[in-house]
Amino acid sequence: MRRKTSAPDWPGEIHGVLKSQRVRQISYVPDAGHKRLIELCQGDRGMASVPLTTEEEGIGLAAGAWLGGERAVLLMQSSGVGNCVNALTLAANCGFPLLMLVTMRGEWGEFNPWQVPMGQVTPEVLRLGGVRTLRLDRAEEATDTVSAAAKLAFDGYAAVAVLIAQRLIGTKSFGEQP
Amino acid sequence: MSEATLDRREVVRALLERRGNLLVVAGLGSSAWDCTAAGDHPLTFPLWGAMGSACMIGLGLALAQPRRRVLVVTGDGEMLMGLGSLATIAVQRPGNLAIVVLDNERYGETGMQKTHTAHGADLAAVALGCGFAKAQIVRGEAQLAGVRSAVHRGKGPLLYQVKVGREPVPLVLPPRDGAHLRHRFREALLGGSAASQ
Repeated sequence: MRRKTSAPDWPGEIHGVLKSQRVRQISYVPDAGHKRLIELCQGDRGMASVPLTTEEEGIGLAAGAWLGGERAVLLMQSSGVGNCVNALTLAANCGFPLLMLVTMRGEWGEFNPWQVPMGQVTPEVLRLGGVRTLRLDRAEEATDTVSAAAKLAFDGYAAVAVLIAQRLIGTKSFGEQP
Repeated sequence: MSEATLDRREVVRALLERRGNLLVVAGLGSSAWDCTAAGDHPLTFPLWGAMGSACMIGLGLALAQPRRRVLVVTGDGEMLMGLGSLATIAVQRPGNLAIVVLDNERYGETGMQKTHTAHGADLAAVALGCGFAKAQIVRGEAQLAGVRSAVHRGKGPLLYQVKVGREPVPLVLPPRDGAHLRHRFREALLGGSAASQ
């Protein structure tokens, strides 16, 4: 869904940043908000797309990629952050770079109460797990924000999550196609 | 209860002697001690935590280094915590990845409580069901040479669930500074300049 026809193609811009940052492994548990970015990555022959059964698999994958000389990114929705907590010791203990792109639920016009508890604590859970967070609230800022996060991760050897606002993605209701 | 006769230290030593260009990820606990007992090596990445992650680290490494062989050595408890990763690996079909599960049917570091494999959970069947190229339970000395050959040359992804004994073995601990383990691995694999990129 487009908020307005002139809105920047922020998933396309994020894909461009991932390419220019030489990210080669894209892992994800799908979210409607990541639908287009996942499709762009799947269509990119320079990227390996790795669907996960649970989000923490992506933390291990990113660590292995880095050991082997490649850069990875992990896509998920905020409910998946809770699944990652113990695996974050890889970043904290070993200094593995980690770049997570998290689409937020439970923070803006959420229709599903079961998304609210995890969505509300997502920034704090990441902070307590040693992950720096950057907010992406406006489509116009996608390139700058994701570039900054990628540099902090891969050049600064940091664990970084970009929290993509639910307001930006568009709220969802039952029966509506993403 | 199976008639496990293999010695875990002997199994790992057989897999890692003359290891060539093998890259190794060792799951936490006894599997990591076994790999260290076979000879600490910069291209072995032993885990001290992040239980359930060993196979996924192996996958990331195998995808990044398609011309190198990658071996994950882990235990039944660690593998059980990351069962979904077998499905994830099968989707990628990395031809250069092998997993050896040292299955003593116990959580060895926490008081030897039974794991699910003691009750019959068949990890090889799970791997085959997910789409692994080959997976089997290994019970005797006679099969070990074939496992070694497959680990070093066979078309992956492969999983061998090796039934091992439960005799206590001496603790042989790898370094536990994660930053050191990460850095020495990248330096040995990628060279001094690449390691800092």
